[in-house]
Order: sequence, then C-alpha cells, then structure tokens
Amino acid sequence: MRYRLGVDVGGTFTDLLLFDNETGGFWRHKTPSTPHDSSEGILTGVAEITGTAGIDASEIGYFLHGTTVATNAVLEGKGARVGLITTEGYRHILQIARSFVPGGLAAWIIWPKPQPLAALEDTLEVGGRMDADGKEVRALDEDGVRAAIAALKVKGVEALTVSLMNAYVNGEHEKRIGAIAEELMPDIPVSLSHEVLPEMQEYERTLSTVANAAVRPVVGKYVSKLRTGLADAGMQGNLSLLRSDGGLMSAEKAEEHPVNILMSGPAGGVTGALWVAKNAGFDNILTLDVGGTSTDVALIENLEPRRERTTEVGHLSVRASALDVKTVGAGGGSIAYVPELTGALRVGPQSAGAVPGPVAYGKGGEEPTVTDANVVLGYLPEDLLGGSFKLDRAGAEKSVQKIADALGIGLMEAARGIIDIVNENMFGALRMISVQQGYDPRHFALMGFGGAGPLHVNAVARLMDSWPAISPVSPGVLCALGDATTRMRTETARSFSRLASDTKVEELIAVLDEMSAQTRSELLGDGVPEGEITSQFEVDIRYAGQAFEVPLTIDPETLRSGGIEAILQRFDEEHNRLFTFNMDTPHEIVNLRAVALGEAPQLPAAELEKGDGNPAHAKIRDHTLWMDGKEQQGAIYDRAKLKQGDTIPGPAIITEMDSTTLVETGCVATIDAVGNILINPESK
Amino acid sequence: MPAQLIQENTTPFDTVEIDPVTLDIIENALRNARIEMDATLVRTAMSPGIREQGDAFPLIADPAGKMIVGQFGSFIDGFLQTFDGTIEDGDMIFLSDPYSCGGAISHSNDWLVMLPVFHEGRLIAYTAMFGHMSDIGGKVVGSMPIKAHSIFEEGVRIPPVKIWKKGEYNEDLMKLVMHQTRKADWCQADLNALIASCRVASKRIVEMADRFGPDVYYSATQALLDRNYRAMKSLLAMAIAEEPVSFEDYICDDGMGYGPYKIKCTMWREGDRVILDFAGTDPQSAASINFFLNENMFKMFFGIYMIMVFDPQILFNDGFYDLIDVRIPSGSLLKPEFPAALSGRTHALGRIFDILGGLLGQKTPEFLNAAGFSSSPHLFYSGNDNREGKSGEWFQLFQIGFGGIPGRPLGDGPDGHSLWPGFTNVPNEFLERYFPMRIERYETEPDSGGAGLHRGGNGIRMTYRFLADGRIAIHDDRWFVPPWGVNGGLPGKRAKKILERADGTTEIVGNKVEDVEVRDGDQLHFITWGGGGWGDPFERDPALVALEIEQGLLTAEGAREYGVVMLDNGTVDEAATTALRSDMKAQRGEPKLFDYGPGIEALREACEEETGLPAPIQPEWHSEPIAEAAE
Repeated sequence: MRYRLGVDVGGTFTDLLLFDNETGGFWRHKTPSTPHDSSEGILTGVAEITGTAGIDASEIGYFLHGTTVATNAVLEGKGARVGLITTEGYRHILQIARSFVPGGLAAWIIWPKPQPLAALEDTLEVGGRMDADGKEVRALDEDGVRAAIAALKVKGVEALTVSLMNAYVNGEHEKRIGAIAEELMPDIPVSLSHEVLPEMQEYERTLSTVANAAVRPVVGKYVSKLRTGLADAGMQGNLSLLRSDGGLMSAEKAEEHPVNILMSGPAGGVTGALWVAKNAGFDNILTLDVGGTSTDVALIENLEPRRERTTEVGHLSVRASALDVKTVGAGGGSIAYVPELTGALRVGPQSAGAVPGPVAYGKGGEEPTVTDANVVLGYLPEDLLGGSFKLDRAGAEKSVQKIADALGIGLMEAARGIIDIVNENMFGALRMISVQQGYDPRHFALMGFGGAGPLHVNAVARLMDSWPAISPVSPGVLCALGDATTRMRTETARSFSRLASDTKVEELIAVLDEMSAQTRSELLGDGVPEGEITSQFEVDIRYAGQAFEVPLTIDPETLRSGGIEAILQRFDEEHNRLFTFNMDTPHEIVNLRAVALGEAPQLPAAELEKGDGNPAHAKIRDHTLWMDGKEQQGAIYDRAKLKQGDTIPGPAIITEMDSTTLVETGCVATIDAVGNILINPESK
Repeated sequence: MPAQLIQENTTPFDTVEIDPVTLDIIENALRNARIEMDATLVRTAMSPGIREQGDAFPLIADPAGKMIVGQFGSFIDGFLQTFDGTIEDGDMIFLSDPYSCGGAISHSNDWLVMLPVFHEGRLIAYTAMFGHMSDIGGKVVGSMPIKAHSIFEEGVRIPPVKIWKKGEYNEDLMKLVMHQTRKADWCQADLNALIASCRVASKRIVEMADRFGPDVYYSATQALLDRNYRAMKSLLAMAIAEEPVSFEDYICDDGMGYGPYKIKCTMWREGDRVILDFAGTDPQSAASINFFLNENMFKMFFGIYMIMVFDPQILFNDGFYDLIDVRIPSGSLLKPEFPAALSGRTHALGRIFDILGGLLGQKTPEFLNAAGFSSSPHLFYSGNDNREGKSGEWFQLFQIGFGGIPGRPLGDGPDGHSLWPGFTNVPNEFLERYFPMRIERYETEPDSGGAGLHRGGNGIRMTYRFLADGRIAIHDDRWFVPPWGVNGGLPGKRAKKILERADGTTEIVGNKVEDVEVRDGDQLHFITWGGGGWGDPFERDPALVALEIEQGLLTAEGAREYGVVMLDNGTVDEAATTALRSDMKAQRGEPKLFDYGPGIEALREACEEETGLPAPIQPEWHSEPIAEAAE
C-alpha cells in the first residue's frame, strides 16, 4: 500500500494531501467542509482525490487525520454530561478553579463567570483520604460511594470521573470507586485521575480527567462513523489521528484519551512545516500560520518543535502535552478601526470571519479588514489565478478610506498602516516564543503558510531579521501535509518531586524504564513493530522552590553514562540561557516522562525541474503596487510554472490556487530544489 | 537635593513628528516588553507569594520618570526630587522604605529595584519592578507585625541605595540585607527575578531605540503620554460632574481592639480637572493598618477604572496626571507620619477600590458594582517540623486567600476568585507535600455572597489541619463591616476564623491575630467574606435559586433572602414563594441604591452575638491633627 493520505478539516475547507511513498510526489485537494458531520466532507474528498490520482482507496496504507472535533466539543460545550466524584471537602474544585481572573486591574468587572466542565450538581464528594505520601489517613467510605454513584445514575450522567486528593501518589481509593461504579452502572465509562494524569495539582488533574471524559463519546462517535465510511469506500489501511504534540496516535487510543487531540488542528501546520524544513535543508524554523481570524506561531529548533505541558482550549488549561503554539487575534479578516477617544489605529482582535468576511469578498462585509488593505495596496491582485471570483477593489478602497479619514492620512498610507500593525501583532507573538524563551530569531528561518501567511511572511521576516522567509510548497494544505508525514508518538508522565541530591541515578532509571516499557507496549498494541520504536526520557527540573520547570529531553544511554550530574548541568545552561542567571539552590526533579516514537517515514519531496534562473516563462503580467511609501512597478508570476533556481526580484507577486506570496522591494525570491520560495534581502 | 544625572551624551532628544502607525507600533512593543517582565518574574521567583500568586508589579517610564507602561503609576519623578545621589549608566537602585519614595511602595516587605536605561550615553528610560518578600526579618515571621507601633519593628528597611554602581555589584550591601531575613534563599531568588525582569525590559527599550532611532522612540513615548491626556480629558468631562459626590467605607479594626476606621473620599470636577479629596478620613492608627497612599498611584487606579469602560486597549500611562488632583490629609490613615507602622496596609489598599467603585457609580447606577474588593487575607504558619521522621526543619508559609467577587451589571460574581490581577491560588497538594498540613476542606461558603438579581460571589472556607506544632498569624478584614450591596442587592456575609483544637473544643479567633500557638491535629477554618449582591434579589429566578441549593452554593435557609421557599423534596414552593416575596417587598419598600447593612452602631451592638468577637472600640484621637502639629 504505497500511499499515505493526510486529511485536515478546517472551518471552511477540508484539505487532502495524497502522498506517494515511492516517488515523493503528491496530489492536493480542497473540498468544502461539512460542519454538521465532517466525515461527509472527508469521504467526498477521498473519492475526489483518489479519482484525480487514478488510484484505488485500497492502495492507501495510512489515513492520517488532524481534527478539531474534540476542540469544538469543549469550546461549544457539546461534550458528554460528566459526573465527578471528589474527596470530601472538595466539591467546588472546578468552581473555584485556580481563583485566577484574567486581564489587568479591574478586569474582573468585565470577566464573564465560567461554568465548570462537570456541572456542580453532578459533582459529589465521598469520605476517605490519602496524605501527600500516599498513606491512607481515613478509609474510603464505601457506603457513601455507593450512594453518590446511585445519585449520579439517577441524574443521568453519561460518563463518570473520579479525582481524589493525592491520588497521583496513591490511586487505590480511585480504583475502588471505579470498581464499584463498574458494578453499579456498567454501561457508563469511568475515568480515574491517577490514570489519566498521575501528576500533582488537584485542579489541573481533575480538569484534565473531566475534559477527557467529556469529549470521549463525541470523539468515539466521530471515529467509528469515519471508520465505517472509509471501510465502505474500500480503504483498509490504518486510521491515525494527530495529537496536540504533533505525533500520531491510533484512532482507538484517541477514543480512549481524546484529551491528547484537543489541539490536533494547529499541530498539523507545525508538523507540515517540519517536513518542508527537512526537505529545504533548514533546521531552525519559526512558523507563521495566518488564517482568517487568527495567527498561530511556533518554534522548531534542530528539527524538533517546542512542546509544552499544557493544552489551552478556550479558557481551560488542560494538562496534556501540546506543541507550544501561540495564537494572536490577527488574521486576514481582522477588522481595523479608530476609536474616537484616542484616535489610535487598532487592528483586531474583532474579525469579520468567514461571514460577512472582508469587503473585497463582496459577501456583505462593510468593515475594513487586513485582506482589504492587501487588496488596496495591490498585494492581492483582484483577479486571482484560478480564482472563480474577482475581488471588489473599489469596495475595499471605500472601507479603508474610512480609516484614512479618521487618521487624516492618505488611502495608501492607511492601508499600509493596517498591514504594518497586523504584522507587528504577529511579530509580538513570534517574540513570545523566541526572544522571550531565550532564542535568537536571527538563527531561524520564518515559514509563512495558511491562507495569508505567504502574504505577510516577507515583512515579518524583516521585523524579526529571520531569513529566509519561506513560502512552502502548498502553503494552503500544509496541515494535511503534516498529518501525512509525521510519526507515531505516545507518552506517559509522573510526578517525582524530589531533590536531585536525594536521588540515585539507578532509582531514576528504574522508574523511567518502567514508564518506557508502558509506552512501548502501547505502540506495540497499535501495531508498530518492536524494531521501529525508539524511546526518549524527559525530565522536568527546577531550582527547588521555583514554579517553572525546565523540561529536558535525554536519551536513556546518556542518563546511564552521565548520571544525574549531566542533566543538572544541562539545566543550568538552559536556565542561564532563559533567565541570565544561575543559583546555588539545590535542584529538584519535578516530573518524569517517557516518550515512545514510531519510525519517522522517509518521505523526500519530489525534485522540481531545473530552470535557467530566469522566471520570464512563468510571468503572467506587469503589476502596479504600493510599497515603501510609493507606487512601484512589479510583476505577477504563476507559481505552478516556476522552475528550480528561478530568481525573482521584489516587488513581485507569486500566485497559485489557494495562496499568494508577496516579495517585497529590496528582496529576492529564489525557487529551491523542491519548489519552496525562499526570500532573502538583496544584500544577503 | 534632587538626584544628579550623569550622562556621557547630554544632547536632548529631538522631538520629531510621529506618524500614527509608528506610534501604535511602539505602543504595542512597550506592551509586549511589560508582558515579558511579568513572565520572567513568575518563572524565576521562588517564594509562593510571587511565583504562585504573582504579587509583583512592573513599570517602564520615560527619562523624566513618567510611567509609559504599568499599572501602579510612577513614583520615579518624586523619587528623583529627593534622592541625594547620582544616576549613572550601570547603576541599579534598590529600596524598600515607603517613606523614602512617597509611598510608591507601601510597606517594607515590597522590595523595589529601578534601572536607569541608557542609550548611546543618554538616559532614555527607567524600568522598575517591586515584589512582596515573604520575610524581611523583624519581630514576627513574615515581617508584618499587627501589633507594631512603628516601622522600626517591621523588619529591614532599605533606603534608596545602589545594588550596582556603575556596573559594579555591591556584594557587602546585599550580604547585610540578606542577613536580616529568615528566608534569605527566597529573598535572593525573588530579588534576582525582579532584577532579571528589569534587565529584560531595558534590553527591549534599547532595541526599540535602535530600531526606530532614539528621537523617534522618545517622541513616541511623549506622544503616548499626550494621547492619554487628551483621551482622559474628554472622558472626565463626560463622566464626572462638577457637583461633589462622597463615599465612605471602613476598615473593621486595627488588631488592637479599636475600630472601625473610616476612609472617605469626595470627588468633583473643576473645569478640566477632577479633585479627589480624602478629607474626613480618620487619623492614622497607632497600629500597623496605615496605608501610605501615593497620590500618583491613586490617580492611576482612578484612571484604570475609567479607561476599562471606554477603550480597554489604551495603554495606561501617566499622561493624564495633570488632570487629577488627589488631596490626602497628612497624619491620616492614608498619609501617616513617619515612623508610623505600615505593614498591615493591605486592608486599606483593598478598600480603596470599593470606594472608587462607589464614587464612580453613584451617577450611573447601571454601571455600579457591589463591594467585595476588600483586602487580600493572609495566613502565616511557621515552626519546626516535629513530625515523626522529620528533623525539625524550619518551615514558614505565607498564603494569600481569596473571596467573593461582587455582583456586577454583567452577572453573578465568581465564587472564591481573586480581584487582584494575576493572582492564583496555591494547589493544596503542593501545600500538603511541602508543609506539615492537610487541607481538609476547600469549598465556597454557601450563602456568603450577597443576595441579588446577580448574586455576589461566595467566599471560601478553607480548613487547615496542622500536622506540626507551630504558630499562626491571620490578617483579614470585612469581619465587622459587611461588603455592601447595590441597586437592591444585599450585603455579603462577613469573614470568620474558627480554631478547632485536636481535643474537639473550638474558639473563634480574631481576623487580625498573631503568635497563636497551634499543635499537631488542630484545625483552622479560614472563612473569607462574600461579595455584595447586585440588583433586586426578589427578581432572581427561583429555579436558579433552587439549582444553587443543589450545587451547594446556597442553603434552603439562605434562599429566604431571595424570598424563595423550598419544599422538602428540593423543589420550589411556588405559592409560598410568591406570597413571601410580596410580603418582603412590601416590608422593604423601594430597593436601596447602597445597602450597607444595619449601620455601625447596630453592628457594634450585635457584634458579640453574631461574630463571636467583642465589638471594636471606637478609636479616639486626643492630639490635634498631626498635620498641623508637624508644620
């Protein structure tokens, strides 16, 4: 089965990317999403793309899928009705949360009161207590447990979660409650906090367990429907879903632990960028995924994307690994306005969304957006190549003129102002994940994708001084590409909370080995052959007393040979890089994780035909645009016709089916061996 | 004598024309720099007070000391007027004495570092940050003695000194300071964190000056100040009347048996200027509840409340200061005379926000929030860990508690949350692992939120079981004078502390106590106040009232305040509810704009019975107001 199919379901389009393992060639396809049941759109897309490629669905070995079905269940409150059993005295754990009110001073006045993910009326407490060392202080009140479960059954909960104090050290009481639940309501799925997340911090553990239980039925239903549909279409290959941390997991595992796919969507772009980076020969990449309402940014160092230990969904912060993707409310649909009081130019976070959309789309939008500014400046030509509709330039000009009038400047200056401000917002997000984490952006290339990424990537690269600015092949379907090209991954985590000086390396290795065996057996269970599995350890370290741990990845061999000292030394280096100082305080080993990885597929990109460097054959026409404070003459090129080695001086526009790349004045674009556009300053 | 500025390059900045887009970009970059300061601090600090609860505040100022970003306003201008020394490249100022900076920090626990930022030999900015240190020595653990009579009893007091002098670290100074505290490790880490934050911001400013050119950067900061001035000017003209309005509220007691202390503020507008006058505020206390309120800080609080409503994207800065005149009588609770004790200032600091809310909302009741921004309750617990298997290690805990957020025009106040920006609670599993204690109960206190169409948030009942012998101290307020309700909403319930000994006996303890001995197995029920209610409680949907009973947020007894009668099966008795509501409405008459509860005298009379504590004694001030005496 020589093909891999990546499928990414977005709000508007379902993107498909069919990859030929043997030639490295691929087909891409877009079909409208079907939000009421996204498997419909997927199946339509599968039929269409296999038709185009002239292959049979049975030749697809792997169906790899990024989905927002779990995300939406949480955001829209469409998860299952979850009952929660807590330790006596902790019934309001989700109501109090971390007591945190976002925003600055006085922001409490305008902060809406959130509703807990498991309703308070479905949260009951039971007697019994473990202490911080895992010793039983009070025996479990089994009569109370039975009464609570009976009460929840009457209320009609669809899933049960149990989260008790200190269960991360000793889960015996949770296990017993699970057994009683099994007996009293065998049809209701039960999640125990010490199994879902055996880590300290009762609120985060409870929330993660509840979130997992809430989305489980939704994900289960979705997966089984998709599986049936694909089987009916003749597909016999493996079905895997993309995890928030950029790895793949089998659909079966995803059904059990959907908390791991909450940020599956944004992870696809980053894994896609990773594949492009490998093929283009760049190890360090900043990603800029510009959509309609927001922009996602991430950092890849040495071909490894940064991960973090929490997944943020709406106002909830769930403890599950995710790629460290930061989002800002700045996208093509972001609305520009000038508040009367200050006379300042603001762009976003309000967005025109898909409906009514930018004025230029002619769907009833009236407020000036970033896309409209791009149209006014000539960066988005009104007759897009392959586009079925013409952009309404006059409408866009009229709306941007409102901004110009309010600021007392010219139309073009106002339009460029909107672009400069939205670029600055993206720049701010990129700084958070680079400079603020101690990385020097000058050592990174910047890759722009998503609908509007290639339009902004050149300008943002200039702000960051991150070169080249890369417009990857197929920037519009990069997520699907990422789904298709990443590898299997699973992990397990545990609190350790001990001073390094009190820990023997043998103990640490013993625990990690046990965790590693667990993750390996999970991958084996998913059909990954033993020989293809590699293991990694991750250890979170901090100076005893700090709140912030530095996660360090180590391979088992280094740990065995270098001992704990070697990890501590790396921690000190990392701490110094992040915060510019070290301390004499003892080190604490906070959490341990074992990661098991499947083999990364060797999927080289197909090489592009070599050209003579002259892009004339791909030129569509001359074009006037406004840049650097004046009108300038540039040209528009057809990306599909460009050849390896072609060199295009800015200002220029390169168009393709679903995306437009802007090359600014003073910069030069070259086409690399596999078709990526690399933009550099003329002087470089 | 004012500070002497030494620069290699004394050319003044050129004021250049800034286009609006560049201005917004610089504003944005400054906002990001400030976010970076916060992030750096929280990640590297070590005391739970800063690392978990975020008790620290950053600012970036222009060369004249005017705050461009931050939320507490700038003290730098005032500081420069009195600092008797030089400001040079490579210097970093360190201080903690509130009397040395006009109250920019308001007790000695707050350590402040200030870094002058130079670009090509010219002073271009200041960055500063202060944070609360868990212990700075002195007579009690945590260094906030309730029974202090002067600031000399409140731990080490640092006048403005240089930690770095022209790039050279003053190690002896730091040794001396760290020698005073019980928790030198925390203080050192937290101080490092403050310094790292200021350095990060200073780096960003230099980058901005390089990127845009120093003249453009400087001119942009001036334009931002000016923009704020213009915005606030029209806002004030629109929202503040010329006719004076007054509001007063109380601090319940001083921890020495006296109280309540009144804080009063009157506001009016004269042309473009708004006057906020604290005349009528009680004189300073002989104990430590005095709050040295910096005028600029209060201007900033006032401005933030105003801006929040209109263009929340405005970056708060000092630009509007000239439009506001804050008058605080010398020798009053809010401007005590040196060397008055200051460590317990948290209660008055909190109360200032209730007063602001009450003042600004009087003319526009639909925007009015109830009271509840009362204080941030503290618990201290310390000792030597004498549990089995432990070797008597010293431990000390300083924890900030949370309460009910007031009922608001927007809806119910959240239960058990924080009104201070960025504060979070400490996970109880963390407490149980690192301290000899078990948290037996951590729930919201039913019925504590004031009844209203929009209910005030409930306070928290936190039950600590101490597992090692030690001593505790409690700092809380709102136990005597309740948080008021508005627009018909009722006041929230008051705070309470109950000590339940291992032998089963219980005692009510005061809300400002220290050096209370506790033994293994004793439990402390630490109950905080609820937020006041908003709007007529008889308008609240009885079904919602019933649901909140099921949720444990309310009791059947508490439902009566809404005029809701419950049946034994947990459903609403519709007929009885209609009847009771109509009776109660008739009895009440028109809903009150403010409901303060029964009034001070009635509260005093019922105090012992209702709170289990003796009523505070009305303080008397025999001397003439100190302000005059001091002239």
